[in-house]
Amino acid sequence: MLVLKKLLRDIPAVLGLVIILTVALLAIFAWQIAPHPEQIYGTNILRRLRPPSADHWMGTDALGRDIFSRVILGARSALIIALGVVGLSMLIGVPLGLYAGYSRGFGSSAVMRLADLFLAVPQLILALAVAQLLSRGLESAMIALSLTYWPFFTRTAYSETLRIRSSLFVEALEGLGASPLRIVALHILPNIAAPLIVRATIGMGFMILTAATLGFLGIGATPPSPEWGLMVAESRQYLPQSWWYAAFPGFAILLTVLGFNLLGDGLRDLVDPKLRRSR
Amino acid sequence: MILFLIRRLLLVIPVLLGLLLLTFVMIRMVPTDPAAALAGENATAAQIAAIRTDLGLDRPVVLQFLSYLGQVLQGDFGVSLYSNRAIGADILQRLPATLELTFVALIFAAVGGIAIGTAAAVWHNSWFDHLIRLVTVAGLAMASFWLAIMLQFVFSMDLGWLPLRGRLPTGMTPPMAITGLYTVDSILTLNGTTLWASLRHLALPGATLAFGGLATVARFTRSSLLETLQNDYITYERAVGFPRWRIVLPYALRNSLVSPLNQIGLLFGGFISGAVVVEAIFDWPGLGSYLVGAILTADFNATLAVTLVVGVIYALVNIAVDLVQGLIDPRIGKDL
Amino acid sequence: MAGPILEVQDLRLSVPGEQGRVEILKGVDLSLNRGEVLGVAGESGCGKSTLIKAILGISPRRSRIDTGRILLDGQDLLTPEGAKLRRSFGFIPQDPWLAMNPLFRIGTQMMEILRWNGLPGEEPRPIRWRDRARYRAHLVSLLKAVHLPDPEGALDRYPHQFSGGQRQRILIAAALASRPRVLLADEPTTALDVTTQLEILKLLQDLAEEFDTSMLFVTHDFGVISQLCDRVTVMLAGQVVETGETRQIIDAPREAYTAKLIDAHPDRGGFCFFEGAQA
Repeated sequence: MLVLKKLLRDIPAVLGLVIILTVALLAIFAWQIAPHPEQIYGTNILRRLRPPSADHWMGTDALGRDIFSRVILGARSALIIALGVVGLSMLIGVPLGLYAGYSRGFGSSAVMRLADLFLAVPQLILALAVAQLLSRGLESAMIALSLTYWPFFTRTAYSETLRIRSSLFVEALEGLGASPLRIVALHILPNIAAPLIVRATIGMGFMILTAATLGFLGIGATPPSPEWGLMVAESRQYLPQSWWYAAFPGFAILLTVLGFNLLGDGLRDLVDPKLRRSR
Repeated sequence: MILFLIRRLLLVIPVLLGLLLLTFVMIRMVPTDPAAALAGENATAAQIAAIRTDLGLDRPVVLQFLSYLGQVLQGDFGVSLYSNRAIGADILQRLPATLELTFVALIFAAVGGIAIGTAAAVWHNSWFDHLIRLVTVAGLAMASFWLAIMLQFVFSMDLGWLPLRGRLPTGMTPPMAITGLYTVDSILTLNGTTLWASLRHLALPGATLAFGGLATVARFTRSSLLETLQNDYITYERAVGFPRWRIVLPYALRNSLVSPLNQIGLLFGGFISGAVVVEAIFDWPGLGSYLVGAILTADFNATLAVTLVVGVIYALVNIAVDLVQGLIDPRIGKDL
Repeated sequence: MAGPILEVQDLRLSVPGEQGRVEILKGVDLSLNRGEVLGVAGESGCGKSTLIKAILGISPRRSRIDTGRILLDGQDLLTPEGAKLRRSFGFIPQDPWLAMNPLFRIGTQMMEILRWNGLPGEEPRPIRWRDRARYRAHLVSLLKAVHLPDPEGALDRYPHQFSGGQRQRILIAAALASRPRVLLADEPTTALDVTTQLEILKLLQDLAEEFDTSMLFVTHDFGVISQLCDRVTVMLAGQVVETGETRQIIDAPREAYTAKLIDAHPDRGGFCFFEGAQA
């Protein structure tokens, strides 16, 4: 497709795509790829806190586990969390945005005011507050994160729907007696898919970062899960001697989020050239 | 302009009310029964019921909300489970620390970002430009807790140049509290020692907090300046003999400042969020670390109180940003 | 005092293109005699703007002057030492709407021009506070010379507070600020309406005589040429095709292309374009 070719000429975006695909592969085939799968959960005090070597590329942690293998498996939880949260946010946010954009009057403003309400507090803080109220654990963290991110999808869906709604073909369809549901589902939704995908890609990056932060603070993932943020948190007391323990998981976060950001930027340049910033 | 302010404040009130409602609902959603918790394990049903009446928990929900509203407006957020002090007082005491950190980060991000973005635009397509583009993109992908730890590792543990934690060295008395901002208070009381010490302690947490914002400001400055330099009046200025540096400073730069300034205004909210992590890592006694403590000790009232306060600050900052934007760009400001 | 004041000898300029370099100026020869007004005529794309930019030293970064010399009073401007002589030029740009920086006052911009080109007869140097009054008085006299109403007040106003014709006058005043030996005008009347055009042309005529400046006037409009220019050089596709006295060229153009340009003027029917046409 023409669009794909255009994207492929954008080097940073291609780089982002490559990174994401690599991470995805690592996540899917984690158990097969990891050099020491038995050491992902299996501990051995004798091996603890070894610096990077040929055998352990990223060294070992405080319980003697191979950090490289754990980082690889951590990719799985990072992607699953991010996908789950973004998916849930879209499930909540997009229909609300479609509704707000398509209908007029009280319902529409009510939805947008609700979105404003959830945006009144910075995301991390709201997520922390909500996560605390629900029981401890990963699912609660994911629900909390979704509750902070859905407004972004609502806003995007809302403005895009508004834009399309005022075009003639929608009026024509209404004139023909097509039901609103049909119009929205079959005609509006496909047309706003592109900006939503851009938002989702950027959201993935943001979610991996935020989920890692929650993990770092001790909310969400719990030991012995090989979640990247959690690993960095565990590593703190062993600094500065065991620098590899903190450095590598953090670097994995950096690389993965970078991938999503680069791809997201590239997609955004494709979708809305007007917003294109000079490279 | 007053009309604009009034209008914006009026718009903000429903949002804040909604926030209050939200926090109220969330408090009610707490799984444990506060009356039972307060009464202790061996309380009888009658004692629990008595406490419930005391706390007003048996009245209709609407009345409970109204009294909650009244309390909040008076600054009464209840008592912290952890510190056993009034949450309101705790927040007030810790607020200046967070504000000082946020302001320093804003200055870093604004000055650093504009300077770096300008340099990258002026040396367009040089190795420096490419390096900056790489670093700014990576900066936004970096977990701030990781950056904090790495900075601590390099500058504090390894090189020993900067302190590891806290606002002042252990044992040093803070300057007389006029604003609560140690730097300002040090200047006001002409206390050079605390000024220097507090600046040193602000360096690493401020830099950590600022990093993502600096990257964004640099990006926006760079692209805005590049765009400005395409303009005909820039060609004219070159034609009439202005040297390159003079064209940028002050001319092209002033034309390019709108979008970076916009970003700087938006940074504040993000910094409050970021402060949570940074304060936790650097042992900074502000709202962020208070929140983390409240979460780890399941102190719901404290958590929600901080959420509420942050929401208010955020709303006020957004209004201020809109105001400043209107002042800079008269086209937006005609609404003022 | 013999010899042309400005001379272009066999100038070749190229820019990068899809396949190798593309020549924009293909060996241009031009000479401007002291005290005369030389018109450079041609349709859009013939290279006349490129020529002016090369003379001014503001060619786009990726263009390259392959051969040729640009001589001001015998000195080659394309050498590092010669480049400094460019402050003897005054430049009048094409579009008064776009040429001035919208965020700075007229006075500030004109003062900056004096800073880098010097007061008449003086070397350029930083403007000290005590000299400001003197510089300012000079700017006021210039604005008076171009018949701008309220010259004192004008210095403190912003570009958008003036009409197109007034801005062009200001730009002319700016061009004359350092008493240049050569004025380079790049189609300065194209963006103005016809009445204003006539006023500006008359102004330029008077000023050229009063200040005894030689002028290079780029335009595609032979009506303007007939009124203002002593001689005219005609360009097509990066080359000079014809040069001579204005009257001669208009009466008997040697090239068909020149005849086309002349005929393109709406007044061609009557042939005496305006009063004051050069005899």
